[in-house]
Amino acid sequence: MQELLTLSLAEISRRLQQREISAVELTEIMLTHISTVEPKVQAFITPTPELAREMAREAQARLDAGERTPLLGVPIALKDNLCTKGVRTTCASRILHNFVPPYDATAVRRLRELGAVFLGKLNMDEFAMGSSTEYSAFHITRNPWDLERVPGGSSGGSAAAVAAHMAYATLGSDTGGSIRQPAAFCGVVGLKPTYGRVSRYGLIAYASSLDQIGPITKTVEDCAIMLNAIVGKDPLDATSVDLPVPDFREALVEDIKGIRLGMPKEFFGQGVQPEVAEVVRKAVGLLESVGAEVQEVSLPMAEQSLAIYYILAPAECSSNLARYDGVRYGLRVGAEKGHIGMMEATRAAGFGKEVIQRIIIGTYALSSGYYDAFYLKAQKGRTLLRQQFDAVFQQVDALVCPTTPTPAFKIGELVDDPLAMKLADVLTIPVNLAGLPGLSVPCGFVNGLPVGLQIIGKPFDEMTVLRIGYAWEQLACLRDELKIPTGLRTAPN
Amino acid sequence: MAITLEQMRHTAKLARLELSDEQLTELMHHINALMAHFERLQALPLDDIEPTSHSFPVYNAFREDVVGETLPREEALANAPEARDGLFIVPRIVEE
Repeated sequence: MQELLTLSLAEISRRLQQREISAVELTEIMLTHISTVEPKVQAFITPTPELAREMAREAQARLDAGERTPLLGVPIALKDNLCTKGVRTTCASRILHNFVPPYDATAVRRLRELGAVFLGKLNMDEFAMGSSTEYSAFHITRNPWDLERVPGGSSGGSAAAVAAHMAYATLGSDTGGSIRQPAAFCGVVGLKPTYGRVSRYGLIAYASSLDQIGPITKTVEDCAIMLNAIVGKDPLDATSVDLPVPDFREALVEDIKGIRLGMPKEFFGQGVQPEVAEVVRKAVGLLESVGAEVQEVSLPMAEQSLAIYYILAPAECSSNLARYDGVRYGLRVGAEKGHIGMMEATRAAGFGKEVIQRIIIGTYALSSGYYDAFYLKAQKGRTLLRQQFDAVFQQVDALVCPTTPTPAFKIGELVDDPLAMKLADVLTIPVNLAGLPGLSVPCGFVNGLPVGLQIIGKPFDEMTVLRIGYAWEQLACLRDELKIPTGLRTAPN
Repeated sequence: MAITLEQMRHTAKLARLELSDEQLTELMHHINALMAHFERLQALPLDDIEPTSHSFPVYNAFREDVVGETLPREEALANAPEARDGLFIVPRIVEE
């Protein structure tokens, strides 16, 4: 693999700015690399080589004119639930197999304006519902560390593409762990920003009170650069928050003296593989040795999070997915069955099993007579969880724990088990329910598979989260080990 | 609190999903396995707790009542399975 490909976004950006390589040459190198690696990994649903070439030419013209911004000319890729003007956006679903958005998502538009080069749209679990990318209606994606294992999900394509150097960075979305869990499984960095930090306009909705867009990158520095590009108030998303936006690169200081870290004991307990807990404990120990103050804390409601999530998320999804009715876009079948029959036939044919399951749970939980027992209870549970996080953040600046209970599992291993797959998100879901920022950074290996360290911050305190992540990254020195994933090492180059 | 096949049929109807009894039965087993796990939520003392619908309070977001940019009609219709004369076409709703 060429050295150029394994550089970070920040490093390749410097080379572009110093004119050591042109954006056009770089894009050609990336496209050639993708054609070699993609048959093994299958991270993309829709590659866009022609668009990439055109955007690279435009970016190079801006570089030639003297513009110096960190994303100009950098090849990136996008999860396929982010609307891209003129480029098919499927959400990995048959029901949207032919949908071409007439507009860009706000986060996508910002990256476009900053001159990033779009390589294509990435695979995911259908409508972002899943933890392995096996629920894509099109194909599975393989983990670059072990091609027999899943990359995680739902942003599995986004994480696998970065790990396999098929993009310098990607965007994903995270409703219950869908950025952090695949980032952990693939040995890359993934950030779910605070709810409200990033506009969701143009993100195809799953559970609107939980969804958030965020970057997946090779380094914490790259994560800060991507976050700078996509944050901020957007009049098109009423839930985006009007707060001052810092330069997140200022968080990249190699000093965490006096930072108070909490280890929530529930996140190291039941269901967490002991080897995973051990790797993370060691990492926390190392952070302590350079001046962090570590204490154990408790969040008892975290153990109820899965139950709360699997009421709230399906309830919101059953409402959000009502729009797919065969009238305005996407699939239509059974036109001869009348308008209701057409809708029922279209939805049954267009949605996969997992999506149908969640629509049914959500519809049931919201239906007359069950609302109080399910939806209202879950919302109240969410309040208690949030209160416990608030109380813990009186004592500490951030929480540290594993991102996932286990490393990446095998393809097919959990696909038919309704509960086991969902347990992969048990450590990430509480963060979405409370709306907090959460970062996963590579932390070490268990049986040759990457493990993620999750850093959870106070609302809108991505700065502290990135600072801890950066400090850990400098201490851990895993970059060389992470450079070429084992699943790709057999390649002749 | 297990869901029955009859409730599954009703819920599928509400959700506009044309599913066979066989499909519904398989789904029912999955859903009941999940529900059993989530039963413990019922045991929590939550009576005096306020529900949270959003992690941060969001109030009405007002803007000036002026016409902004809108999607041209042709673009809005471009993805429609069937469109004619600037309209979405659906199967006949009113019988002759």
